[in-house]
Amino acid sequence: MKHYVKLVRPYLIWSVLMIVIPLILIVIYSVTTGGNTLVNIQFTLSNFKKFAEPIYLQVFMKSLQIGVITVLFCFLFGYILAYKICKFSERAQSFMILLVTIPMWINTLLRTYAWMSILSDNGIVNTILTKLGLDPMTFMYTDFAVIVGMVSDFLPFMVIPIYTSLSKIDHSLIEAAHDLGANNVQTFFKVTFKLSLPGVVNGIMMTFLLSVSTFVIPKLLGGGQYMLIGNLIETQFISVGNWNFGSAISMILAVVILIAITIMRRMDPDDAEED
Amino acid sequence: MHNKIIELKHLTKNFGEQQVLKGIDLNIYENEFLTLLGPSGCGKTTTLRIIAGFEEPSGGEVLFNGVDISKVPAYKREVNTVFQKYALFPFLNVYDNVAFGLKIKKKSKSFIDEKVKKTLKLVGLEGFDKRNVTLLSGGQQQRVAIARALVNEPKVLLLDEPLGALDAKLRKEMQSELKKIQKEVGITFIFVTHDQEEALSMSDTVVVMNEGIIQQIGSPVDIYNEPENRFVAGFIGESNIIPDAVMKRDLLVSFDGFDFDCVDKGFKENEEVEVVLRPEDIDIVDVENSKIKGKVKSIIFKGVHYEIVVETQYRDYLIHTTDYFETGLHVGLSFGPEDIHVMYKM
Ligand SMILES: Nc1ncnc2c1ncn2[C@@H]1O[C@H](COP(=O)(O)OP(=O)(O)O)[C@@H](O)[C@H]1O
Ligand SMILES: [Mg+2]
Repeated sequence: MKHYVKLVRPYLIWSVLMIVIPLILIVIYSVTTGGNTLVNIQFTLSNFKKFAEPIYLQVFMKSLQIGVITVLFCFLFGYILAYKICKFSERAQSFMILLVTIPMWINTLLRTYAWMSILSDNGIVNTILTKLGLDPMTFMYTDFAVIVGMVSDFLPFMVIPIYTSLSKIDHSLIEAAHDLGANNVQTFFKVTFKLSLPGVVNGIMMTFLLSVSTFVIPKLLGGGQYMLIGNLIETQFISVGNWNFGSAISMILAVVILIAITIMRRMDPDDAEED
Repeated sequence: MHNKIIELKHLTKNFGEQQVLKGIDLNIYENEFLTLLGPSGCGKTTTLRIIAGFEEPSGGEVLFNGVDISKVPAYKREVNTVFQKYALFPFLNVYDNVAFGLKIKKKSKSFIDEKVKKTLKLVGLEGFDKRNVTLLSGGQQQRVAIARALVNEPKVLLLDEPLGALDAKLRKEMQSELKKIQKEVGITFIFVTHDQEEALSMSDTVVVMNEGIIQQIGSPVDIYNEPENRFVAGFIGESNIIPDAVMKRDLLVSFDGFDFDCVDKGFKENEEVEVVLRPEDIDIVDVENSKIKGKVKSIIFKGVHYEIVVETQYRDYLIHTTDYFETGLHVGLSFGPEDIHVMYKM
């Protein structure tokens, strides 16, 4: 055992440097004044108080709203996709899962630009609409564009865990349900769905986390004025230069995500077993 | 016995190129404990799954009370299954597992409660209601699986090697318990096993299968005493099989250079047949008093009896006896007409 512990040590040091120290800095920034220097700092809670101002609360609520909608659509499409994939032969399944993961290898920025060229006023969709004799529509810089971008971007993070859960289901449990008189719909809701819950919980946690913290997608597809909490943090650090307030918002976001994860965990039958 | 409840009529099943069932004809009666017995891969599970509705037959019919149910989906059939690995729902406790079928059928809460309690008592799991099924022992999970099926009051219960995962002692216990439960609920059990002892000790009817073909159907005593062919004889217990016997005429069979009286008839004159002699049916006697003579080759003590191999001019005979004979001793072998089982040559 001792040997392995030694092997882990460089990784531990690295983690401390790259994760723990920035985290500590963020905590310190969030409860102090004095901008982005750490000389003559003073303890304060004003950064958190500032967040209670209506404009910021609005951004916060908007982020949650967009996040929840994104998660819902990811869940809907992701579940159906994962469920359908499971119906194929094993070889076809691994190929399809590969297809689902391919977008993850491409930079978010590039994928978002692709959506811009699809949704822009003279983009692909509007070109087709005009060709069909229909009026062009405005997609860009709307909630719709942002949600489309997020759903497409985060979908694999929903599909993969659900697929993993579904494909692990012991088929004899499905047969047992049929045997006991459950038709296909009853079997799905009473057995299949319950057995896929761990995947659903993981998928929801990941996509929620991604959608409340992204800033690239709302910036590009929502436009310069579009503000979600990710953008708010970004502007505080980059444009405004108020690292203290930016850190406080990050802390609040982290707490919200932690609470969400805790709630979801409680719903996961595998983890809830002990109580 | 009673009325036919299930009839399999020339049932066949192909998986791709492979024909797994090659024409199964079988009548199953009300109240019967019927066992499908055969080596692994002979098509027992497939037969059961066709009856349950999990597989469609490639050919033939499955009649239930005279009606063809080949196209009826599993969830509409009046049969229930005890799965090989139990297949209990891990997210439900014991009570809810057992109540599953009744809840699907939208029975009233009080009805469900009463039935579940009664069935749990029947299988000896009183008070286990709230237990987590994944934390039960194999034997207890087994009982939950049986209760979950029986609570629906099926006309037929299908059991696929249900005792396979249990240790020897528990297995014996569950064998007699299953038999008791079957008598108590008074329905048909179709039981699958590859263990001949289990089949013989539990069943009213044993169906011996091999390579997708039924070899013999009969009571355990018939199957043991009157195997119809060499496969059955070899599969059911240890036997001496004489593959080169000739049926001289009715009631007279010839092998090892002698004619023997027997009780079998209906063969052609001088038809080549096979003869089975059970090891416990052969007596060791003085050399002078017997047709077949030989020398004791080995003797092994088996607890209740000795297992003796006697080497003769034509073959080695296996004999079970409670008497001791020294190795190398010259002995004679003796058996009565009713100990000789004549079978058609395969
Ligand atoms: N779904 C299936 N696909 C292909 N072959 C199968 C399938 N199920 C069973 N078989 C084959 O059919 C044969 C009989 O199987 P089975 O009925 O399970 O035998 P048993 O229960 O007597 O051991 C085996 O050779 C098995 O490999
Ligand atoms: Mg089997």
